[in-house]
Amino acid sequence: MSKIKDKKSSSGISRRDLLKGAAAAVGTAAGSGAITGFPTIWAQNIQNVTLNHVGSVYTTNPLVAEEANKQLGFTINMQTLDTTSQMNRLLAQPETIDIADMGNPSLKYFVGKDTLMPIPINEYKWWDKTLPLWVDGTYANGEQASRQGFAPILSAYYADETGLEWSETPTDWLVSIPLVTNADTFGIRPDLINRPIESWAELFNPEFSGRVALQDGVNVGVPDAAMALEAMGDVQYVNKGNMTIEEIDKTIDKLIEYKRAGQFRSFWTTFDQSVQLIASGEVVLQSMFSPAVTEVRTRGIPCIFQGLKEGYRGWAISAMPLRHVTQDPLKRDCVMEYLNWMNSGWYGAYISRTGYYTSVPDNAKPLMTENEWGYWYEGKASTDDIIDPYGKVMEKAGVVRDGGGIWDRMGNIAIWNTLMDEDRYLVRRWQDFIAA
Amino acid sequence: MTFSPRAASWLQATPFMLIMVFLVIVPLVIVFVASFMDYGFAEVIPVLYWGNYLDIFRSRLTWDLYATALRMLVIVWTVTLLLGFTIAYYLIFHVRSNFWRAIFLMACAIPFWTDGAIRMISWVPLLGREGLVNQALMGMGIIEQPISWLLYSEFSVVLVYINMLTLAMLGPIANSMGKIDYSIIQAARDQGAGEWQIITNIIIPLVRPGIAIGSIFILTAVMGDAFIVKMMSGNQVNTPAGAIMTEIAAFQYPPAAAKSVVMLVLVIGVVATILRVVDIKKELAR
Repeated sequence: MSKIKDKKSSSGISRRDLLKGAAAAVGTAAGSGAITGFPTIWAQNIQNVTLNHVGSVYTTNPLVAEEANKQLGFTINMQTLDTTSQMNRLLAQPETIDIADMGNPSLKYFVGKDTLMPIPINEYKWWDKTLPLWVDGTYANGEQASRQGFAPILSAYYADETGLEWSETPTDWLVSIPLVTNADTFGIRPDLINRPIESWAELFNPEFSGRVALQDGVNVGVPDAAMALEAMGDVQYVNKGNMTIEEIDKTIDKLIEYKRAGQFRSFWTTFDQSVQLIASGEVVLQSMFSPAVTEVRTRGIPCIFQGLKEGYRGWAISAMPLRHVTQDPLKRDCVMEYLNWMNSGWYGAYISRTGYYTSVPDNAKPLMTENEWGYWYEGKASTDDIIDPYGKVMEKAGVVRDGGGIWDRMGNIAIWNTLMDEDRYLVRRWQDFIAA
Repeated sequence: MTFSPRAASWLQATPFMLIMVFLVIVPLVIVFVASFMDYGFAEVIPVLYWGNYLDIFRSRLTWDLYATALRMLVIVWTVTLLLGFTIAYYLIFHVRSNFWRAIFLMACAIPFWTDGAIRMISWVPLLGREGLVNQALMGMGIIEQPISWLLYSEFSVVLVYINMLTLAMLGPIANSMGKIDYSIIQAARDQGAGEWQIITNIIIPLVRPGIAIGSIFILTAVMGDAFIVKMMSGNQVNTPAGAIMTEIAAFQYPPAAAKSVVMLVLVIGVVATILRVVDIKKELAR
């Protein structure tokens, strides 16, 4: 060994060494993202870093993975899992995942478990540009946003760097990096209803007996039902996003009554089922997600995502690094770099074109056309075709988005997707409801 | 290298034993232990807690769930038995050519050529309110309003069970029938027995092991299913297995474990009873 070394030092820098050095320099440049304009300089060895990002369909998508790998110097390995499998893996084998993203209510499962890495606020570049829903729990006009259900502000900050408790007032430690948010109501078939729908109460209107559906589950279906029950005047709530035992009983009893009277056609679990139900005309009104409405419409079937006077059901998805990545400083840096990249613009523009809002619209705006920005964010009529990320025409010119601009929708949240404190009791009673 | 016969048989049994221990016994023990624990948000709290079992035995829900499952089971069992027996009888005693018998048996498996989820979704255009069946019935003037209980009801769940499970009953019965010595039937016929007498006095007693095996398949399939019942009822019919799934989806493992233990005990009890009444070993040994 020493012999070889001697020989090398005696002959000075060989041609081979020179080549290696040049390759490394090129590699560093490519790896730093300098070529694509991403400004941080990185060590060459980030090329060997692979991050496992396991999340929802909204984020872990081949299009996003391809772009991330193009723009970043390391490899992002994406996997899409349903909530149950993802959660089981996060709890049982957290070391197999570096970054996870999930709906905000799921964050509650991690309180006090020390599985996630608290994020120092100064390492996240876009916090001051993030929608105020996360930053201080307000709407754009400064008014306090609804805290019924799992409002983003409730799980935005950790009390301190241990990450064991949340704080409702701003601190220097973030729980997660906000990615996507949106406001839902229900999808309707205007051709089969033939009159305006303005209130959540219509969900239980006998006129639609046997022709309505709800999302199946206590995190979305129950909030939707609570909106309708409250609008009907059937049940009064203090906080319908976090019910008391008594409120749960009243809610489920009422729901059982409506079920026995034949109000519900079905309860759906998957995106495809919700599309199938309304596209086939089995239901004319149901809780629904925005892209499902679009999917129905692209089949040439009229379907409207209806704004309602009582407000919207809001939801949010955010991403968080796992605690174990801090053991490897290089990996940890790459994780932060990746999370900063997620909200640097490309992904924001991509997700906006599917009908959701990015948490940092300012960064997405330069990458969207004026027509797109006006349609998706400002509630303006489209001036040209609206194209989805896959090149399919979603809307023609002259169409206004249902519900209007971002703050017409996100500024009018009545309840957020939720995981209630009395979840144990609610799941128990939900079983009674399914069995009834 | 040579082994004593004793060592050789131990060695031969080892792989299966390992599989049984690590993939069956150990998980079952974990489930059993977890069923006695308390729980929080997606966590099992390791303290002794009887609440999971008390809740099962005290609540009205348990009875409702088992009543629903039992009702569906009885219907599915009866129909698949009738269908399975009749089809097997036709295939074994009336289809003379082995070639056609194989073709017909294969045709029975056609429902399984596609993926389960696709199969579930494809029932909608058939049974839905705007579906083919309703359109046909309305076209023929038999009904004026579409029938809505064809889909997202107990009826649709039972229908799909029958569609999926008839083969599980047919197979073992056909297998038992195939082993019946044809000369016995010939002898009965020579003595002047009619077809019905042959079926009731000879064939049914001889295919009892096949019926027993088929029944065990049906029992375990219906009791263990949460997917079909969820899809075909639009989440409006709840069964013991469905309740377990709902709790797992809410990350409430201990009550799900307790319900699993209760169900396992019940199913094993029924299977043991069937095995006691019918000697399947004799059938398998033949």
